[in-house]
Amino acid sequence: MPRDRPALRRHEPATAPDAAAVSSLRFIRETMARTGTFTAVPGWGGVAMGLTALAASWFAAQQTTVWDWLMVWTAAAAVAVVAGLWTTWAKARRGGDALTSGAGRKFVLALLPALLAGLVLTLAIYSYEVGASEEYFARRVPLLTASRQLLPGLWMLLYGAGVAGAGAFSIRLVPMMGTLFMLSGVLALLAPAAYGDAFMAASFGGLHVVFGALIALRHGG
Amino acid sequence: MPSKITRRTVRPAPTVPDLDPVVHQRVRLGILSALAAGGTTSFTDLKTVLDLTDGNLSVHARKLEDAGYVSVSKSFADRTPLTEYALTEAGRQALTDYLDAMEAVIQAARDAS
Repeated sequence: MPRDRPALRRHEPATAPDAAAVSSLRFIRETMARTGTFTAVPGWGGVAMGLTALAASWFAAQQTTVWDWLMVWTAAAAVAVVAGLWTTWAKARRGGDALTSGAGRKFVLALLPALLAGLVLTLAIYSYEVGASEEYFARRVPLLTASRQLLPGLWMLLYGAGVAGAGAFSIRLVPMMGTLFMLSGVLALLAPAAYGDAFMAASFGGLHVVFGALIALRHGG
Repeated sequence: MPSKITRRTVRPAPTVPDLDPVVHQRVRLGILSALAAGGTTSFTDLKTVLDLTDGNLSVHARKLEDAGYVSVSKSFADRTPLTEYALTEAGRQALTDYLDAMEAVIQAARDAS
């Protein structure tokens, strides 16, 4: 039969009060974790993601074909995802937060749809751009306007939407960053295609570095 | 030969402080903790988080409401009744006092060891 009261009771001298107090505190912490905010957002991990994007934006700007340009950003995204996941997992482990339950689960579930939508739209735009060339890997297809014009803004907009939505279950800096990503995305879509990599550097690079550092300083690495 | 007298050190047991009986109950402690972490929370969400039945949650939420530790607002969302609970200032203080009491017990045990 489940206990109705916490273990600490005056008329139960057999239960060590300090052990019972620890049990009560653990119960409070677990309950708060199930309902509270997801605080395992990586600060220094965000900085690492930003530095990766800054380096990638320089390399991407040197590319002349759509395939090479896309490969640079795909590699950068892979590095950033690994850095982000690893630092999130490490911070959650240090803080006793769970990624698969409570606020952590809500955070992940709110972030994923926008990222998946970004992946599908990227493939769709890539197919549209290289379709006329009938060369699947498009190694000789120059970087035309569709990818350069649409993809940076689209990535910022969708990543921002995911972060802003997931941020509802996290600290206030997270939805702020998501909103700024969305704003950057709108500006990138309105700006000439040649500024795409610069917007990527400013958003995925600059915003990640600035907000990552703020999160690390205020809420731990 | 004189007998050797050994003296065992008796470790004093940590004392249990006076605890607020409204807070010192697992379900009510869970409700207060959930509201402290999640802010205003609906009846349904509280029920899910704490894994309670409707009746059990209602009874304990009423006790917290009577003590002035939680406030209740009732409204309609798409013609469906929506009951939301929020922690009052008195409730937050009661939870803080309870946490302080728990920490005091642990500290007393550490000092005694």
